[in-house]
Amino acid sequence: MWHEDERNPNVTTASNNSDSLVSLRNVHFSIASRRIIDGMDIEIPRGGVTTIMGPSGTGKTTLLRLIGRQWVPDSGQVIVDGVDINRIGRDELYALRKRMGMMFQTGALFTHMSVFDNVAFPLREHTHLPERLIRHQVLMKLQAVGLRGARDLMPSELSGGMARRVALARAIALDPMMVMYDEPFTGQDPITVGVIMQLIRMLNDSLGLTSIIVSHDVAEVSAISDKLYLVAGGKVIDAGTPAHMQHSDSEWVQQFMNARPDGPVPFHYPARDYAEDLLEVAT
Amino acid sequence: MIADRLQALGSLVIDSLRRFGQATLFLMRALGGFTDMLRKPHLLVDQLYSVGVLSLAIILMSGLSVGMVLGLQMYNTLVDFGTEDSLGPAVALSLVRELGPVLTALLFAGRAGSALTAEIGLMKATEQLAVLEMMAVDPLRRVIAPRLLAGILSMPLLAAMFSAIAILGSYLVAVQMLGVDEGAFWSQMQAKVDLYEDVYNGIIKSVVFGIVVTWIAVFEGYDATPTTEGVSRATTRTVVYSAFAVLLLDFMLTALMFGD
Ligand SMILES: Nc1ncnc2c1ncn2[C@@H]1O[C@H](COP(=O)(O)OP(=O)(O)O)[C@@H](O)[C@H]1O
Ligand SMILES: [Mg+2]
Repeated sequence: MWHEDERNPNVTTASNNSDSLVSLRNVHFSIASRRIIDGMDIEIPRGGVTTIMGPSGTGKTTLLRLIGRQWVPDSGQVIVDGVDINRIGRDELYALRKRMGMMFQTGALFTHMSVFDNVAFPLREHTHLPERLIRHQVLMKLQAVGLRGARDLMPSELSGGMARRVALARAIALDPMMVMYDEPFTGQDPITVGVIMQLIRMLNDSLGLTSIIVSHDVAEVSAISDKLYLVAGGKVIDAGTPAHMQHSDSEWVQQFMNARPDGPVPFHYPARDYAEDLLEVAT
Repeated sequence: MIADRLQALGSLVIDSLRRFGQATLFLMRALGGFTDMLRKPHLLVDQLYSVGVLSLAIILMSGLSVGMVLGLQMYNTLVDFGTEDSLGPAVALSLVRELGPVLTALLFAGRAGSALTAEIGLMKATEQLAVLEMMAVDPLRRVIAPRLLAGILSMPLLAAMFSAIAILGSYLVAVQMLGVDEGAFWSQMQAKVDLYEDVYNGIIKSVVFGIVVTWIAVFEGYDATPTTEGVSRATTRTVVYSAFAVLLLDFMLTALMFGD
C-alpha cells in the first residue's frame, strides 16, 4: 500500500522529516509467522540520544536489526538519512553501513584479535591509511573510552564493561553519523553503568553523533536521553521527553517507568487457574 | 494415512531442496570472495595453517598405520599363491585410487570440518558475523571464502601425503619385516601404477571431496541455530553429512572412472 508520493523515498523524506535521521513508518515484522513488530512508527531526531525501552523479548534488538537492514520488514519503511534502506542495492547499503556504528549486546569483539586490532579492523578494511595513521586513530578512539592502556589485551582478558567500551571504540572507528547501542548497561555493576552512560552522552555531543539506545534499564537511561520510546507487544505505547514519560497517564508507562512487577504487563505467564492446577491429581 | 506419509515425505523433499538451494547460493557468493585473497593472502595463509597444517598429524599417523595393516593383510593373502611380489602395486593401487582420498576425506571431516563448523557457528552465536555485516564487511567473503579455499587446497595435498606415508608403512612391514623382495616391491609398483589412470583420478577424487566436505562444514556453521545446542547439532551434522557424501560420491566417481 505505497502512496504515490512515497515511491521515491529520497524526495519525500528530505522534505518531510529532515530533522529525523532514522524513521520507521508503520513497520511490521514477523519471525516464523510470529508477529514481533506490529505497526511501529518511530522518529529518531538528529543529534540527540533516543532510547527505546521495553520489556525483554519485545523486539528491541529486532528494531536495531531492521534499522541496519540485517533483517527486512514484512511491510512499512525504514528510512535512514533520507534513504529507504530496503530499496537500495548492496553497494549503497554497505556505504550507508559504514556510517552506522553498532554496539552489540555482548560486545561481539573478534575473539582472536587483540583490543587494538579489533578497533583497527574497520579502518584496515575500509581505508587505505598507512599503519602509522591507523595507530593514531585507534589510540585516539581507545583514549576516548579510557582504554588506551588495554590495547594489547585479548578480549578474553577484559571485564564485561571493558569489552563494551572496546566495542564502542570500534563502533566509532570510522567516525559514523550514528551509533546504535543494544542493552549497553545490562549485567554491569553500578560504576560501569555510570561510566558507559557518561561515555554515550559525551561521545554523542562531542562527535556530533545521533545515538539510539535500546534498553530496559529505565533509571539509567532516562537520565541521558533526549527522547524516550516505550514499546511493548510490538507497538509503541508512548513517546516523549523523559519528563513527559514520568508523568504519563498510561498505566503501561507508569508500570514500566516505576518498575512495578504487576500491571498491564502481567507478572504471570498466561496459565489456567492456580487452585485448579494444584488440585489436579497427578496422572 | 498414506496421504499423511506422502505429505511428510513431500515436505522433507521440499525442505531438503530448499536447503540445497540456499547452500548453493551461499557457495556462489563465497566463491566470489576468492579474488579478495589475491590482495589479502594472509587471510588464506592463516586458514591453510589451521585447516591444513593442523590436520597433518592425524593424517600422517593414520596413513602409517593403514599402510602397515595393508602390507600385513595383503602379504598373508598373496603369499599363499606365491605372488607376494605384486604386493607393492596392490597396496599402491588401493591407496592411490580409493583409501587415500576416502580415508583422508573422512579424517578431514572429523578433524578440520567439525572445527570449521564449530568456529563459524560460535562466531554467529556471539554476533561476530552480525558485527561484520554492520561494518559493511561481507562475512561470506571475509570469513567463509578463505576457509573454503583452504579446505579445497588442503585436501588433495593431505591425501597425497596419506598415500605416500601409507606406502612407506607397507614397505616397512612387507619388505623390512616379512621379507618381500625390495626390488620387486618398487619396480612392480612403478610398472603397474599409471599416472593418468590412477594418480590423476585419485587427485580428482580428493579435489571433489575437498570441495564437498569444506562446503558442508562452512555452510553448516553459517546456517547453525545461534545457540549452544544449535552449534553442537551443526557440528554433528557436518561429520555425518560429510561421511555420507564422501562415500556416495566415491562410488559414483569410481564407477565413472574405472567402471568401463
Ligand atoms: N533468530 C530468531 N529466531 C526466532 N525467534 C527470534 C529470533 N530472534 C529473536 N526472536 C524472537 O523475537 C522476539 C524479539 O526478540 P528481540 O528483538 O531479541 O527482543 P529484545 O531485544 O527486546 O529482548 C523474541 O521473542 C525472540 O524470541
Ligand atoms: Mg535484545
